[in-house]
Amino acid sequence: MATNTSSNSPTAIPNPTTRYRRTGQRGINTEMLSWLFMRASGLLLVILVFGHLFVNLWLGLGVKGIDFAFVAGKWSSPFWQIWDLMMLWLGLIHGGNGVRTIINDYARGSTSRLVLKGLLYVAVVVTIVLGTLVIFTFDPCPAGAEPSLLPAICEG
Amino acid sequence: MTAVAERNEAPEAKAEEVPSFQVTMRIARFDPDSDKGHRWEDFTVTMHGTDRVLDALHEIKWHLDGSLTFRRSCAHGVCGSDAMRINGRNRLACKTLLKDLNIDKPITVEPIKGLPVEKDLIVDMEPFFDSYREVMPFLVAKGQEPSRERLQSAEQRERFDDTTKCILCAACTSSCPVFWTDGQYFGPAAIVNAHRFIFDSRDDAGEQRLEILNSKEGVWRCRTTFNCSEACPRGIQVTKAIAEVKQAVIRGRV
Ligand code: HEM
Ligand code: SF4
Ligand code: FES
Repeated sequence: MATNTSSNSPTAIPNPTTRYRRTGQRGINTEMLSWLFMRASGLLLVILVFGHLFVNLWLGLGVKGIDFAFVAGKWSSPFWQIWDLMMLWLGLIHGGNGVRTIINDYARGSTSRLVLKGLLYVAVVVTIVLGTLVIFTFDPCPAGAEPSLLPAICEG
Repeated sequence: MTAVAERNEAPEAKAEEVPSFQVTMRIARFDPDSDKGHRWEDFTVTMHGTDRVLDALHEIKWHLDGSLTFRRSCAHGVCGSDAMRINGRNRLACKTLLKDLNIDKPITVEPIKGLPVEKDLIVDMEPFFDSYREVMPFLVAKGQEPSRERLQSAEQRERFDDTTKCILCAACTSSCPVFWTDGQYFGPAAIVNAHRFIFDSRDDAGEQRLEILNSKEGVWRCRTTFNCSEACPRGIQVTKAIAEVKQAVIRGRV
């Protein structure tokens, strides 16, 4: 036995190279992916969020033009559907991952970590699913609805 | 108290020209034999304009309270022994002039954060050195031993010049909020010292070091707060070095 890694004997000197022998964890690693994602999604969010604010609050009538019909009009176009979908997914996954980092920072006990992260993941998934559902199934004038509840654009 | 007497007898005519002033040092004392945690203790001493925080600590230890405990060795910013939190910032006591601090208020002195305090200003540095050792801070060269020096151009040397200046004082690592809450994080100093070899043209273990720092507690823990760069008494661009290591990990090579 050339290697002397056992620590059974208190006098045994461990082979000095063993502590640096790595476990063979190679290539892509989730922490690196998470780090890259935060940068990539952050960059996209700048464009998406400011584009969103510009179109909604500046163009045309500006902030006064926003009403139910305005939103209905935007979502009738696949372009804005995809735009808002990306904003929803990227924003929530980016924000969720950011809050995950913060929970890792502040939650000391493993139970509180588990609970907080559980709540976070549930909230993120529920919001993404509901939001996606709304973007794709949104119908401003559902058939058979009480006419007095419908907006003016549905007439005729 | 002969020491006091000697001091008073020595008439340093020249030294009198240096302005002297009263300064209060508010020091975090920790007694390992009591479980009360640390307590603040004030000492007021007369110091000169040329004196550093370290001199004030000496003044206290030698003339007021011999039980005050702190590390120092070189007293000239070389050995890295006396990093401490002075007025809430990590500095070397031997490189911080009292006149550069606000002496109208007590100057607070605490041990560096994130490492277990042993007594007063002394912390257990072993966890810090453990992560330092893990990045293999020594030259690893493959192949035949050359029959002459391992030559290196000025440009190749320049590549890692900044990170050769580290004195392992732990001011950076103990200023990092990620390290405060996650003691497993390698910390800036270990990454700085990995950088010193990763970008050394004579070294052949760069990839292995990158692999080590690509782990869960490696460079990705860094959140770019710049506390480390601000804390470093050697003026090393610590955050920049960490960013360069991140880049190298992503590219998979040096
Ligand atoms: C507008 C464009 C945005 C950019 C450029 C951006 C960029 C970034 C980057 C690069 C990080 C990683 C910081 C680090 O680990 O060093 C980050 C973290 C974070 N982001 Fe964003 N982000 C943007 C929008 C958002 C939005 C809309 C939200 C909320 C839904 C959000 C929530 C967070 C949170 C909670 C963190 C974690 C903070 C931390 O690590 O301390 N960000 N952001
Ligand atoms: S990088 Fe600077 S602050 Fe950090 S241990 Fe080295 S000398 Fe000290
Ligand atoms: S005592 Fe050596 S660095 Fe301050």
